[in-house]
Amino acid sequence: MTTPLLLSRFTATSCIGNGLAATLESLERQHSGLQACRFETVELETFIGEVAGVDAVSLPADLRRYDCRNNRLAELGLQQDGFLAAVQGAAQRFGAQRVGVFVGTSTAGILQTELAYRRRDPESGALPDDFDYGATHNSYSVADYVRRRTGLTGPAAAVSSACASSAKVFASAQRMIAAGLIDAAVVGGVDSLCLTTLYGFHSLQLTSASPCRPFDRNRDGISIGEAAAFALLERLPDSTDADAILLLGVGESSDAHHMSAPHPEGLGARRAMLAALSAAGLDAAEIDYVNLHGTATPSNDRAESLAVSAVFAANLPCSSTKGATGHTLGAAGALEAVISALALQHQLLPGGVGTDELDPNLAVHYLRANRRQAARRVLSNSFGFGGANCSLIFGSAG
Amino acid sequence: MSLSAYVNGIGVLGPGLTDWVATSAVLTGAAPYVPAATNLPAPYLLPPAERRRTGRVVKLAIAVALEAATRAEENPAELASIFSSSGGDGHNCHEICATLAGAERAISPTRFANSVHNAASGYWSIATSAMAPSNVLCAFDASFCAGLLEAMTQTSVERRAILLVTYDTEYPAPLNAKRAIPDGFGISLVLAPERSSRSLAQLSVALTERAAEPMSDPQLEVLRRSIPSARGLPLLSALARRRPQETILDYFEDTRVSVTVDPCV
Repeated sequence: MTTPLLLSRFTATSCIGNGLAATLESLERQHSGLQACRFETVELETFIGEVAGVDAVSLPADLRRYDCRNNRLAELGLQQDGFLAAVQGAAQRFGAQRVGVFVGTSTAGILQTELAYRRRDPESGALPDDFDYGATHNSYSVADYVRRRTGLTGPAAAVSSACASSAKVFASAQRMIAAGLIDAAVVGGVDSLCLTTLYGFHSLQLTSASPCRPFDRNRDGISIGEAAAFALLERLPDSTDADAILLLGVGESSDAHHMSAPHPEGLGARRAMLAALSAAGLDAAEIDYVNLHGTATPSNDRAESLAVSAVFAANLPCSSTKGATGHTLGAAGALEAVISALALQHQLLPGGVGTDELDPNLAVHYLRANRRQAARRVLSNSFGFGGANCSLIFGSAG
Repeated sequence: MSLSAYVNGIGVLGPGLTDWVATSAVLTGAAPYVPAATNLPAPYLLPPAERRRTGRVVKLAIAVALEAATRAEENPAELASIFSSSGGDGHNCHEICATLAGAERAISPTRFANSVHNAASGYWSIATSAMAPSNVLCAFDASFCAGLLEAMTQTSVERRAILLVTYDTEYPAPLNAKRAIPDGFGISLVLAPERSSRSLAQLSVALTERAAEPMSDPQLEVLRRSIPSARGLPLLSALARRRPQETILDYFEDTRVSVTVDPCV
């Protein structure tokens, strides 16, 4: 069993809102941020969850070389809910080298490279002088940006396990705190829209031409979104507010099955959920709500429903919030961790948006309408290409 | 604050370094270092359909991982793993970006599936049927120590054996003008929380602000400075020499990692 950690501050920015208040308000009115794709020069019949105002964000002068859509989204996310000030407070309390930085991303700022390839020298094929691979495209660029922006000097890494990335950051941070190498960690996920994922998921026939419909009988693929979500993790103080949010357990597994398709019976997903319960020292019956990975592909939702129904009682409320936010890929774990925290604090089990007709073959109790219900513990699933699986359990302190 | 674990197996592959035995001989001075292009074996562990789809980065990672697991006499299926690389598959990335800059933008689904940073971890788990957790990191030039710290904490906190794999491969033109990695280089270590008959040495790691130590051989120092995973070479030197030694590995510009090696024999 692992020692619970406190999420002393958390925040999320996605197409349903910048910061917690806007995110909660959207969840309460079951608002979806998905819109027909008009991103950049993309010509695909699909819907996306684009964060408004990312292009207008400017980075601090000393970090200009990091300028790209992904780091602008990270900056926008860091500015919400007093998160930067909370991290600076932690750095003062513990020391800058005693606070780690672990940020999940799948594509980081690859958009910068995609754009640079359009500006190659017609004769030599060289990329433009102003293109900076390390500070914008590389997977670590976003963790590097967050580390420099916050002035931290402790251990840092990007965690990049496709769509499980920013769930797994909680595991890295929790282990490093448990080992005593650090006292606190900034964890999060940042992934931004780019052509690689829009055209890539389209090539695999995994994007829907309509807003995604998780767990719907007629679901036919994902809607890609973007998000920046962060949490500050630290050891539990002697006393906490009753509505404080705790990380109770993390469970991870690998499918060992296929690079881009889930295990058909959801075996890896089941192992991740059971490992999270074991780490938290909880029985399945003690979970009040599951925030599903629920991408709305036929195969994910089928495999996940088999895994969830193998672990939990048939009447356990669950839903996917991707109908509202889109699938934010490497940011999904952290975004849905924050949504899980809001569910606990506001006693709101969010109904899944976009689902018209539940698939009768998926044997889970899927919420389509919001439910006001006291919840003390929630589990959030994130699964990714390469068979990476991660389940997180959060709980209220009180 | 220091963390400790035991090294039970080592794998290496890089320019002129064909495996741990050959590398160990070079690092102790018993054999000269002769630079040569990194020779990547085909990943026979994978089913043929998957084998055809893998690029150099996956071949490299699987080769060093297999060597370390074999030397440690561990069943790969049971090992949790950490894969840490400074970048993905540069050749695959080039093809995708070149296609997206063209008129058609029809990227290959296989290329897209292979573009994830955790491709090596995914193929490794498929090849070995390993359902244990696998974490995949990137810390650009700091990726070796990022992986080492993750592996050291995971083995000591979870009390289980961990396979650490750090690996980098070259980028093709025009990306190589922006990211100059000359060739493939990978290191793999099997770490365990308790000493056993297979333990080669105990490692203790801690953060430090002291400067990283260079390699005494000028050509190996060039290697250490030019490929992120080769920043682990001073640790391999200490392991090869089988004498108690502290070495400082390069990590970030503000923070380095001190590793103390205590041989078990």
